[in-house]
Parts: sequence; structure tokens; C-alpha cells
Amino acid sequence: MTPAPEKTAMPTGKDIRQALIAGLWFMFLTFPLLVIKVHPIEQTVTWRWANMLWVGGLNAAVVLACRLVAARRAAGEERRRQEPDRAVAAPSQAFFLTPSRLVPLLAAVGLFFLVFPLLFSTYQVNIMTTALMYVVLGLGLNIVVGFAGLLDLGYVAFYAVGAYTYGLLHLHFGLGFWTALPIGGLLGALFGVLLGFPVLRLRGDYLAIVTLGFGEIIRLVLENWGDFSQGPSGIANIARPGLFGIEMSLETSLVYQYYLTIAMALLTIFVVNRLRNSRIGRAWFALREDDIACQAMGINKTAIKLTAFALGATWAAMAGVLFAAKTTFINPASFTFLESAIILCIVVLGGMGSIVGVVAAALILMLLPEYLRAVAEYRMLVFGAVLVLMMIVRPQGLIPRVRRTYTGSH
Amino acid sequence: MQPLLTINNLTMDFGGIRAVDRVDLRLRPGEIVALIGPNGAGKTTLFNCLTGLHRPTGGDLVLTPPGRPQRNLNGLPPHRITAAGLARTFQNIRLFPHMTVLENVMVGRHCRTTSKVFGAIFRPAMTVREERETVGMSLALLERIGLAGQSDEWAANLPYGAQRRLEIARALATEPLLLLLDEPAAGMNPQETQELDALITSLRDEGLAILLIEHDMKLVMRLSDHIVVMDYGRKIAEGTPEEIRRHPAVIRAYLGEEEYGA
Amino acid sequence: MEYFFELLFSGLTRGSIYALIALGYTMVYGIIGLINFAHGEMYMIGAFTALIVSSVLTIYGLPLPAILVLTALAAAVWAGAYGFTVERLAYRPLRNAPRLAPLISAIGMSIFLQNYVLLAQTPDFVPFPALIPEFAFLEPYGGIVGSSDLVILAVSALVMAALTLLIKYTRIGKAMRATAQDQKMALLVGINVDRIISLTFVVGSALAAIGGLLIASHIGQINFAIGFLAGIKAFTAAVLGGIGSIPGAVLGSFVLGLTEAFATGYVSSDYEDVFAFSLLVLILIFRPAGLLGKAAVEKV
Repeated sequence: MTPAPEKTAMPTGKDIRQALIAGLWFMFLTFPLLVIKVHPIEQTVTWRWANMLWVGGLNAAVVLACRLVAARRAAGEERRRQEPDRAVAAPSQAFFLTPSRLVPLLAAVGLFFLVFPLLFSTYQVNIMTTALMYVVLGLGLNIVVGFAGLLDLGYVAFYAVGAYTYGLLHLHFGLGFWTALPIGGLLGALFGVLLGFPVLRLRGDYLAIVTLGFGEIIRLVLENWGDFSQGPSGIANIARPGLFGIEMSLETSLVYQYYLTIAMALLTIFVVNRLRNSRIGRAWFALREDDIACQAMGINKTAIKLTAFALGATWAAMAGVLFAAKTTFINPASFTFLESAIILCIVVLGGMGSIVGVVAAALILMLLPEYLRAVAEYRMLVFGAVLVLMMIVRPQGLIPRVRRTYTGSH
Repeated sequence: MQPLLTINNLTMDFGGIRAVDRVDLRLRPGEIVALIGPNGAGKTTLFNCLTGLHRPTGGDLVLTPPGRPQRNLNGLPPHRITAAGLARTFQNIRLFPHMTVLENVMVGRHCRTTSKVFGAIFRPAMTVREERETVGMSLALLERIGLAGQSDEWAANLPYGAQRRLEIARALATEPLLLLLDEPAAGMNPQETQELDALITSLRDEGLAILLIEHDMKLVMRLSDHIVVMDYGRKIAEGTPEEIRRHPAVIRAYLGEEEYGA
Repeated sequence: MEYFFELLFSGLTRGSIYALIALGYTMVYGIIGLINFAHGEMYMIGAFTALIVSSVLTIYGLPLPAILVLTALAAAVWAGAYGFTVERLAYRPLRNAPRLAPLISAIGMSIFLQNYVLLAQTPDFVPFPALIPEFAFLEPYGGIVGSSDLVILAVSALVMAALTLLIKYTRIGKAMRATAQDQKMALLVGINVDRIISLTFVVGSALAAIGGLLIASHIGQINFAIGFLAGIKAFTAAVLGGIGSIPGAVLGSFVLGLTEAFATGYVSSDYEDVFAFSLLVLILIFRPAGLLGKAAVEKV
């Protein structure tokens, strides 16, 4: 059987025309906002014509690239259809999963994190601590969104509950970090149930909007109910975590908090992993896949939804306590919807339901802007684009769920 | 023998439409009852009422498990009805596509196991044992329907006939007293239908009561001990396969259908 | 008494603006079942486009009425173009994806557009020129109603009337209604569903842009973040009236606008936003069909 002629990688006339049309369209589209800059005080305008060329060129290039990729993929499928017996090279996903490679890799990563404060400055340690907090937040949201399939857009509310629990307990009663941590976690769980209860019967998109509403309501109440929450000025002078009362300098404390956060992150990974491979984990996945069949298999939808909310909220609240201890100052402005969206972005990028993916995504999204200073400005722009692109190109996330084998037959 | 499930005067209204109209039905253990009728007759709606997806507008659903007290299933949520002993499959297959074949069956074990969050996180001996049993029982069920070799495959990747069998295995994992099968033979070729016939018969022989919605008349005639015919929400006939084959009302309802027992 | 009328006009003005935005939400939801999270940004982009175009035209010395008309046109055209592009890029590829995917994509688009405007222009609040001329005959009523209030009411009424005419009496309107009722069937009878959906986005965005321009002129300043809150409130209005229903969107908008005006006027203005969010939450939980909508039944 003669093989089909290879489709060449040259762009066709149609490709070029489409690219040009796209380029011209975007030049038109972005003309007022990108080209014309208004200076209201001086009553003048600046014309930035260069921007237009950039837009046109970039767009044309992107469209051309997309078309070439699509053409190559179509050619690959055609080839596969014509020669079904030819072995298709499996993607290198499984490359890292063989034990002989996995263990040394994990050991190397573990060692790196362990000695990190010895190699890098306090500033870097601070950044890494923040990134690790987002690992905890991402994994917590992963329980709700990734496992149970409930799109919670108000996750930041639980983060705020934890932070304000510690802030207020410290302000009024002088309680320390270690006392506040479990209390914060418990209150988080309580709020998880409270906020989960009204949304039990809601369908996906309505549930998302209502949770968003809850998140905003909590923030606005914190901002306006000054008597309770100290209002927009927030709570300051929150105590850092102690270690048997030892006096610590700021630097030492920050390193201490770094290791605390690592411990918290490891604990979260451990617990979430156990939850995933358990009866309730399977029940959550069933709920996410098909909630009617899930009920028909004897699973109490209400109970597992509330459990998902409560557990997710607990982790967010504990992260909140850590956050308050680290920054020693909290105010409602830290707990906006944007924060929820960022955490959602971490879960979406990492792969809903994948623990390794979420950890990697949290580190990537939080560390990259810090180390690529030039593009830090575009951080939020990238977050938005990541959400859109992931949904379109790779909804299963960076690292899709690896199938669990029970029989060892692979 | 005492009926396992007694359906009395079951009625289901959706606004102005009466989808099920005062239907009576009895099911005994070890009995296969087929529910037939033209499309739109209300058969799947009846299933949905039985399994708690809809709350019936009127009537009673009484379950009498052998050696245990009677209970009324009316108004119970679906998961409680499944726990009570009714399991079902769906007309348009509702598997969990991004879970493995084995995991799909393991989900069926949920209502017969008890580990909660504590068990999941701390893995006490009881939880470990429960998990092992769950895997073992699920694998055994997969053996029975011939899918044990594909236990780690994504459910979505199975061919159509295998998916239907998997749904049955999943339902069986809940240890039901009563199995409700909604068009299990739909889209199957003659060999697959033959295997399905053997499976259902063996289940019946083990004492399960089976209520079956089917359009494949040859299968229905071969398998059923008893047939109930519905049209426009009402029961229009009931009896043995022989009786139904000759029943004038049934022939009228199916006017135009020649594929009808041979 | 005077205060009452002042609040009344304030409420009507709010309601009109909410209506212009809410119509976009309801039309898109009616036709593809998507909550267009990025719709609020069309309102914001309309306002910014208006600012830019009016600044340029002012520099060239055009008379005020001409500036107003051309600015409105520009805002509508460009917002429409953005709406068209967003639909093509972020929603069309996800037509057959599970429900949550387009919603997440919409959230991403909203964040992207906000930051795009922030970077392209400025993160600060920008003063917006008063494009609507002061009417002399309104002088004595200055405390109660201003000329921009009247213009907003008049323009909104006109625009909504035009939209109603379009939907009810033109072929395209009929196609839109058909597609909203049953997409597959509409395809089968020869309606170009893709084009109708694009048109819906364009019209909705253009309306929101007009709203943005009007309110910006009224308030006097704009900022890249105004789309979020206005969007949520307009969405609340649309849901209140019954999402998917055009008269519902209008009704809900005026109910919300008037309630907000009177509540903040007579009770307190601190919790204004909490009120809107709470209303949204309560409606979605207890009566998701809204005032004029019908509850949907899922077939198993």
C-alpha cells in the first residue's frame, strides 16, 4: 500500500490570506485603545503607531502558526487512518512516572526546597513562602472544583475567615498563632457548611455566581462593619508564629515561617492525596461526572457536597491564618474576587483533580512573575489568557489525571 | 410468594401532563417482569418514580424485603432508595466516563460501605479492609460480565455493548434486591443480546427481581415471566408472554409493529 | 418631597443604564445559555472608546453635538467589534464543551480585557468630559433632574424601542428568537446560527457601550475596573426579571435601580453594593426563574 503524499509544512495561499485578515482586524480592533493615549490633564493625545504594527504582525504570525499546527495535526490523523497498524509513538507523559526516575527526581526537588533559605536571600524566601501558600490554597480549591466539580468563585471568603479569625483573636484576646490555627480551621469548616448549604440545589453556573456573591458580600461586610472588623484600615500588629517563646529576628522568623509553610503544604498534599484515593474521593468524582447517576448509585449528594465545601474551606482558612501571621497586617482589600480567580487559575492550569499539576501550577504562576521582572506588569493579563487558553486548548490541565491501577497489571 | 415490590395506583403529573396514570405492578424475588409499550408511554418515567428521581404525585411504592419490615419508598431521595435495595441502569448510558472501569463499579459499593473523611485520611484497619473488599468484589463483578481484563481502562473508551454491561455491573455492586434495566439490549448485536440474556437469567436464578424496559420483542418474549404493557401512561394489559402476544389492546397500541414474537 | 423626586430620577437613570447592559446578558443567555462574564467589560470599553474618540474630536474642534453623535457611534461600533471577537475566540470553540468551560473562559476574558485597558491606557481614574449639553429649560429643576438624566432616559427608551422592533418585526429578529428557542431546528431551517449568535453579541455589546458612554458623561470619571460591579448589578437585574427574557431584563433593571436609589437615599449608602449582591444570591437560590421567567425542567 503506497503511503499518502506527505503534506508539506508550507503555508497555503488561504492560510496567508486568513493571517492577513486577522492581522488587519486586530489592528482595527485595538486602534482606539492601543494607538491613542489620552492625557486628560494636558488635554492632549499621543499617537502610538508602532503598537499597531506590533498587533498586526503578532496576530498574523499567531494565526499562521495555528493554521500550520492544525494542518500538521490533520495530516497526522490522515496518516494514522490510512495505516492503522503503524505504531504511534506514545507521548512522553509517562517518562517521569517510572519509579527508577521518580524517586531521585522527588529527592532532588525535596532537597532543593529544604536548603533553599541557605542558598537564597530573605527576599527570595519570602516569595517562595507566598508561592507555597498558594499551593495550599490551590489544593484546597481543588477539592471543591477539581474533585467534586463545584465551581466555587467565592473561595477567597474562607481565606478571609481564617485571616480575620487570627487577626481578631489576637487583637481582642492576645491569642497566638498556634492557638488561632486550629480555631481558624474549624471556623473555616463551619463557614464552608454555612455557605455550602444554600447552594446545594443549584446548577453549575448559578452555583458559581452565588458563591461569587457570597465572597463579595463577606468582603463588603468586612469593609463596612467597622465595629467588628476594624473596617478598611484593617488589623495591624498581628503576631508572627512563635516557637516555644524563643525571640526571633525578622529574618529568622521569615525562615521559620518558610519551613512552617512547607510543612503545611506537605500536610495538604498528603491529606488531599489520601482523600482522592478513598471512598469519598470516588464519590466526589462520580458527582462531578454525572450527578444523577451518582445519586442512583446510593451516594448522598448533599452530604458529599457539604463535605467538599467544608474541607476546602478548612484549608483556605488555615492558609489565611498563615497569611495573617506572615504579613502581620490584614485588610479587606486582600480578599477580592480577583484573588479567587487567581486560585481558580491555578487549579485550571494544573488540571482539575491533579495534585502534582496544581502544585506545579501554583509554583509556576506565583514564581514566574517574580523572576521575569520584565513581564511582571503583564501578570494579570497572562492569568486571564491562561484561563481562556486552557479551556480551549487543554481543559484537562497541564498534567492530566493519571489512572490509578488497582491490579498492578500494567 | 410475597411480592418484593408493590406499586399501587402510581401517578405522576408534570404540570398538566399525566405521564403515569394509576399504574399497579407487583414484583416477586426471582421473577423477571418486562415493561413494554410504545415510545412516550411513561415507562422511563415510572422508573424515575421508582428510583426517587421524581416524587410521584400519587400512589404507593411498598418494598417488602424478605424477613424485614415493609417500607414505603414514596418521597425518599434516590440514594436512600438505592440503599434500600433498588438499583437501575439508564436508557442513555450514564457511566462515569473519566473514571476507570473498575472505579465505576467501585462507586456502586458506596452505599454498602461506611468509611468517611476520618477513615480516608488516617486509614485505620477497618478502612483498609473495606477498601480491599471493595476492590475484590468489584473485580469479581467485572469477571462475571467479562470485563476484568479492561479494569484499568477509561470507561469512556469501552465499546458500546461493553459500556452497557458495565452499567449493569455497577448496579449489581450496590447489592440490590431489585434490578431495574432500562433498554439494556439497545444497540446490541445478536451475540451481545444472547450474552445479556444469559446474564439476566443467571441473575434471576440467584433470586434477584428484575424489571426490564425493552423494545427487543424476541428477547422480551424469551426472558420474561410476566409482561406489563403501558400506553399513554396507563397499564393497558398484563400477563404471560403468550397472553400478551394475542392481546387485542396490545396489538392496537403497537399497530404497525410486525416485529412481535415469532 | 423634592428629595423623593430626586431619588426617583436617580433610580430611573440607574435603571436605564442597568437595562442597557442587562439586555446584553439576557440575549446571550437566551441564545446560548452562557453567562457572559466579560459583558461588563464591553460597558467599560465603550466608555474608554468614547473618552478617546471625544478627546480626539475635541482637539480637532468639532461642535459638541457632532462629537456626541460620533462618539456614540464609535463606542457602539468598537464595543460591538470587541463583543464579536470575544465570542469568536473564547466561546465559539467551547460550544460543545461542558457548561463550566465557557464560564471559566469568560472569567479569563474579563480579567484579560480589564488588564488590557489598564496597560493600554492607565490604572488611574480618568476624568470624562461632560458630553451632554445642559438644557436651559431644566434650570429651575436643577436639584431634582439634570439634562443628562433626561438624555439617559430618552436614549435608553429609544434604544430599547428600537431593539424591540428589531426582535419582533424583522426577519433577523425572528431568526434570533428561533435560535434562542431551538438551535438545532434553527440550523435545519436554514438559519445561519453562527451569524445570529455573533449578531447577538454585537448588539448586546453596542448597547452596553452606549450605557457606558452615557453614565460616564453623567458621573464624570471612568476607570478600567468599572465593568465588574456594573456587570454584576446588571446581571442581577437580568436574573431578577427572568434571565433570557428581554422585557424581564428591562423590568428587573428598573426595579433594581429604583430600589437601590430609594434604599441608599432613605436608609444608608454604605451597604449599597451588599444589597445588590444579596439580592442576586437570594434570587438565584429561591426564585432562579425571576419575575417573568419559567422554571426549566431537566429531562433524565
